[in-house]
Amino acid sequence: MKNAFGSFAKKESLHILRDKRTMLVVMLIPVILMVLFGFAISTEVNNINVAVVAGERTDGVRDAVERLSQNEYFTFKGYITPNNIDPWMRSGKVDAVAVFDSDFDKRIAQSAAGLPTKPVVQLIVDASNVNTAASATAYLQSVILGSASPQTMFETRMLFNPQMKSAYNFVPGIMGLIFILVCALMTSVSIVREKEMGTMEVLLVSPVSPSKIIFAKMIPYFAISCIVLITVLLLARYLLEIPMSGGIGGIFSLSLLYILLSLSLGLLVSTIATTQMAALLISAMVMMMPILMLSGMLFPIENLPKFFQVVSNIIPARWYIDAVRKMMIQGLPIAAVWKNYAILMGMTVAILGVSLKKFNDKLE
Amino acid sequence: MNDIIISVSELTKRFGNFTAVDRISFDVRRGEIFGFLGANGAGKTTAMRMLCGLSYPSSGNGVVAGYDVLTEGEKIKRHIGYMSQRFSLYNDLTVGENMRLFAGIYGLSRKQTEQRISELLMQLNFSSERNTLVSSLPLGWKQKLSFAIASIHKPEVIFLDEPTGGVDPVTRRQFWEMIYEAAEKGTTIFVTTHYMDEAEYCSRVSIMVDGKIRALDTPSRLKQQFSAKSMDEVFRTLARGAERGM
Repeated sequence: MKNAFGSFAKKESLHILRDKRTMLVVMLIPVILMVLFGFAISTEVNNINVAVVAGERTDGVRDAVERLSQNEYFTFKGYITPNNIDPWMRSGKVDAVAVFDSDFDKRIAQSAAGLPTKPVVQLIVDASNVNTAASATAYLQSVILGSASPQTMFETRMLFNPQMKSAYNFVPGIMGLIFILVCALMTSVSIVREKEMGTMEVLLVSPVSPSKIIFAKMIPYFAISCIVLITVLLLARYLLEIPMSGGIGGIFSLSLLYILLSLSLGLLVSTIATTQMAALLISAMVMMMPILMLSGMLFPIENLPKFFQVVSNIIPARWYIDAVRKMMIQGLPIAAVWKNYAILMGMTVAILGVSLKKFNDKLE
Repeated sequence: MNDIIISVSELTKRFGNFTAVDRISFDVRRGEIFGFLGANGAGKTTAMRMLCGLSYPSSGNGVVAGYDVLTEGEKIKRHIGYMSQRFSLYNDLTVGENMRLFAGIYGLSRKQTEQRISELLMQLNFSSERNTLVSSLPLGWKQKLSFAIASIHKPEVIFLDEPTGGVDPVTRRQFWEMIYEAAEKGTTIFVTTHYMDEAEYCSRVSIMVDGKIRALDTPSRLKQQFSAKSMDEVFRTLARGAERGM
């Protein structure tokens, strides 16, 4: 019956190839997401306009302004008077204002001499975007103080992602999302479509066993997912310039496992849903939402309420995204994420087992 | 005995407390067109599903094409053809692709497949439509194509589940001509239908009411027995007593 399996896989591929629009969407979504998250949506601080208020333009102030205007993330907008702070902030001419005390230099000298005084600078920051404001403030502080202050107590070094590029963080999340979309959603809809159209009945009367029907259905979606995987990795490496120093092999094999898991999820959905619309809704609401919210893709799991932290454990994407992050950004070898690997493997086996059983039960 | 192709005795299917098919017994001879009638909910489809190896009987025996419905469901599937009441070919595949798919499913070799496809296309007068997408065919043609595909592996019995639903009278006639042609070649046809005029075309007819077979004979003898002018009258006389469905 090898012949039957082949004919079947071919038929599934034809379905997908005939539906050019869906194909295009599936291929384009990862690219669009990567570009969107990689460039457009960023939590990085960029183009911060800064003005300075200073009673006297002393050496210390001038040094600080010098550092500001040389920094690529800040644009120095000039010295302004205290009266102008409010209108400039309101009109959006500046995002932040640094107000230097008149005794700024004196205090620097004093603290350099070992006295307990510290130089004081007031930062007024537009906090309408909280994230930007927070990182701008932190960065502004370090730039203004520079090396001038001997009082600097901390020297912070950012590891793995020194430029704090947000794309690094998003790519694993996008991968976690996209494979659920392609595999689970499309597989479930395509199986349910056959139920809805009545073709499933004819297939079941044929001598092909149900498990063969199902596996033949998975093959083209598996192939599409592999193409998507390669596209995403290429984009990540060459467009977003993520180093992936941990080696591509580990990421690849983990992704293949995750794809298999997504396919099993799709099968599970198809045994529950009776209409294509239901399959679509279940995939979108029950699977996508938790991935967005609870997988650590957008919000760190540590920040979630305790209850959701526990819930996040049963979301496969959480383990996948975590492992990809470690391998892609921290450059860890696959051995370092064996736990995630084992959990995903266990989940795949369990979901596949349950859905195959449910599928067979349904037939009787 | 060899010319009995379907033999059923005391076949029963229960779903919980509900007895969908209640101890039905009948024989179907090779080459016969056997009409399987009954109102909605009478148990026709359930009975047919058991004969096709899709559903496991609760009790009773049945033999289809020489294989036991209790133990050899998989073998039965190989020797029967099936056409469901809903149009069930793939609209986004061409006529040829649909045929090739089912030829593959029934394990025909490449050579057999090509041969059989051109044969069927010839019979249907469809040779020019081989590369046409099924979705662009009129409904009547689709039905004929479905029937041709159900017979692609030359099965001994073809099960037709309300094959002419929603089809115009002219196409229905043409469809029945196809059925006759297949029956003449020795294929047994097991057909369920709602149309009583179609029942007249059958060699023998069984009428199911509330899960039981209430009448089984040739259309002319049934009419005689119930002193009715048409099968429609026979059916209505029998169905009047039905407790479920309708």
